Amino acid sequence: MADLTIAHAETPREERPTHRLSAGALCALPVIGLLAIGFAAPLVAILGYSVATPRSFDVFRSFTLENFAALFDPTNTVWLSFLWSCGFALFTVALLAVIAYPIAYGLNRVFGRASAFISVLFVFPLFVSENVRLYGWVLFYIKNGVLDGTLKWLGLAGGPEVLYTPGITLFGMVYTYLPFMLFPMTLGLALVPRDLVDAARDLGAGRLFIWREIELPLAMPGILIGMLLTFVLAIGATAEAKILGGQSIIVISHDIEIAFTYSQNWPAGSALAVLVTFFIGALTLFALSKLDLDRMLGRR
Amino acid sequence: MLQTSPPAVPAPASARKPILQLVGVRKSFGGFHAVQGIDLDVREGEFLTIVGPSGSGKTTLLRMLAGMDSPSEGNITLHGERINDVPPNKRPTCLVFQSLALFPHKSVGENIAFPLKVKGVDAAARKARALELMAIVRLPETYHDKNVMKCSGGERQRVALARALAYDPEVLFFDEPLSAIDYKLKKTLEKELKDLHRETGKTFIYITHSLEEAMVMSDRIGVMRAGKLVQVGTPEEIYGAPVDRFVCEFVGEVNSIEVTRGADGGWSGVDVPGAFKVQPPRGSAGDGGMDRAFIVIRPEYMRVLGPGESADNRIEGVVYNEYSLGSRIQYQVRVTASGGGEKVMLVELSRSRALPAGADARVTLGWDAPDAFTLRS
Repeated sequence: MADLTIAHAETPREERPTHRLSAGALCALPVIGLLAIGFAAPLVAILGYSVATPRSFDVFRSFTLENFAALFDPTNTVWLSFLWSCGFALFTVALLAVIAYPIAYGLNRVFGRASAFISVLFVFPLFVSENVRLYGWVLFYIKNGVLDGTLKWLGLAGGPEVLYTPGITLFGMVYTYLPFMLFPMTLGLALVPRDLVDAARDLGAGRLFIWREIELPLAMPGILIGMLLTFVLAIGATAEAKILGGQSIIVISHDIEIAFTYSQNWPAGSALAVLVTFFIGALTLFALSKLDLDRMLGRR
Repeated sequence: MLQTSPPAVPAPASARKPILQLVGVRKSFGGFHAVQGIDLDVREGEFLTIVGPSGSGKTTLLRMLAGMDSPSEGNITLHGERINDVPPNKRPTCLVFQSLALFPHKSVGENIAFPLKVKGVDAAARKARALELMAIVRLPETYHDKNVMKCSGGERQRVALARALAYDPEVLFFDEPLSAIDYKLKKTLEKELKDLHRETGKTFIYITHSLEEAMVMSDRIGVMRAGKLVQVGTPEEIYGAPVDRFVCEFVGEVNSIEVTRGADGGWSGVDVPGAFKVQPPRGSAGDGGMDRAFIVIRPEYMRVLGPGESADNRIEGVVYNEYSLGSRIQYQVRVTASGGGEKVMLVELSRSRALPAGADARVTLGWDAPDAFTLRS
């Protein structure tokens, strides 16, 4: 009897029409607003410019595919910059994977209580602007700079002349993006339960076998996310090539920047930006579709 | 290779030679002494259970046996060879983890065949062996390719067991693998584990905090308390002749009466008034020179005396509660304690001998001296 009364009392409430937003939608409003003006609007503008008359500012008033055609013109050497960017991004990711794995392993298994402090050390440089840090490296490597000067003061031959080379560009990229590889990887490795490693060892497996069969596959979601993140960041990097590399190589985002600034050809720059965005977007979506997080984490 | 048939003529466990021996094994973490000097001979092919409350050091002991920790002091020998610092992957022993530690990214078959893959067995032979083991632990063949995380709790237990057997260890360790399983399934798995022990003839060392599990499965039980092995013996010995009050209370409900020796050599109760006949403590001649002791009577050895019935010892009391234990009934009987208070005594009777009056009836409890045992105070 009591149950029935309660059920009746509840009915009118359920039937009341709901024309107000749900709590979820309300909470999402600020971020939707931010994304609309901060993310979607510039993209729309770039898309608009990419089909505008070349060397004009007739955005949304003209339509032409000339800008894209020009990119694929055989005389255009922009593909070279694109190759540099892709190649350097790949190299950066590969180097970072090798460098970050032992650190991530250490943070999880070896450093113990020092882990938190060591993590902070890796985050700390992020508090300083990237450009400032890169100029710091310039001061370090420049002739009569920190390295060269110190070596000479010690009566040695002086530092190697590495500044303004493609090599130092790669170094700069690896340095800049280390945290973006390290932390997803650390998280990935943290997902490997200690018990599983103990169990594998107990079942006769050696270190290498455990690494290949247990640790690596289980940490793979974190590793792949780190790789994807650093690749996407590295392919769009410009500061390293400009500041450290001294434009010894021109990367794709530098080309885009030149189109917008020096050449004052916004439509050309936009077309290039759109192309690169689509390329990276497609690549990311492809990688994410191959990367079955649920399966890798054993939830399915 | 593991065979499902038992050894031709199994020697009684007590007669078999020790396979694993512990001499003065200690383990300290900083200033904390988790295991404080354990001497133990594990006999080949026996089912030994180490039981104790949480924090008694049983898991630390197991980790040392499995090779995941090494003792701070003392020696662990396997077939007479010191294995203190032999890593787990070089020991012919295998541990079934409390968490089971199944590999979530591998199928049931891959999990079971893992130790074979380590040994470099080819894929076809691995599968054949995995299927054999699955049959032994009663997993259907169709489960071979099933994701292990999709299996139920009981099925995962079986996978973990099959994987351990695939390693073909001489000694299998179990770290409370049944602790998170519901009662009915637990009972089934306990029986299966005991069957498996008999079928494989391997040495099982099982760790649990549940005495019930220990009693059901074990050939011998070791009771641990605060880093020490207090008593090792068959379930009957542990139950019937506990060495101290800790073991005695750990293994089941008891009535205990403290007694003291009077000038005339007779014993009288400290907490319950009256004179009592006391059985000499087991293993000592006479009364062992004690002048203070505990008489311990299990509830099922306590009798309710009818008119004209006699017993060595008797106490008057009033029934104030009865509990049904299924085929048995437990009565709580209040007796007058020294100093005017009350003390509760437990009596367990089979249902056919239930007290007709039930609660509030005055009863006379009695027991013969040999039905009780005496512990040093």
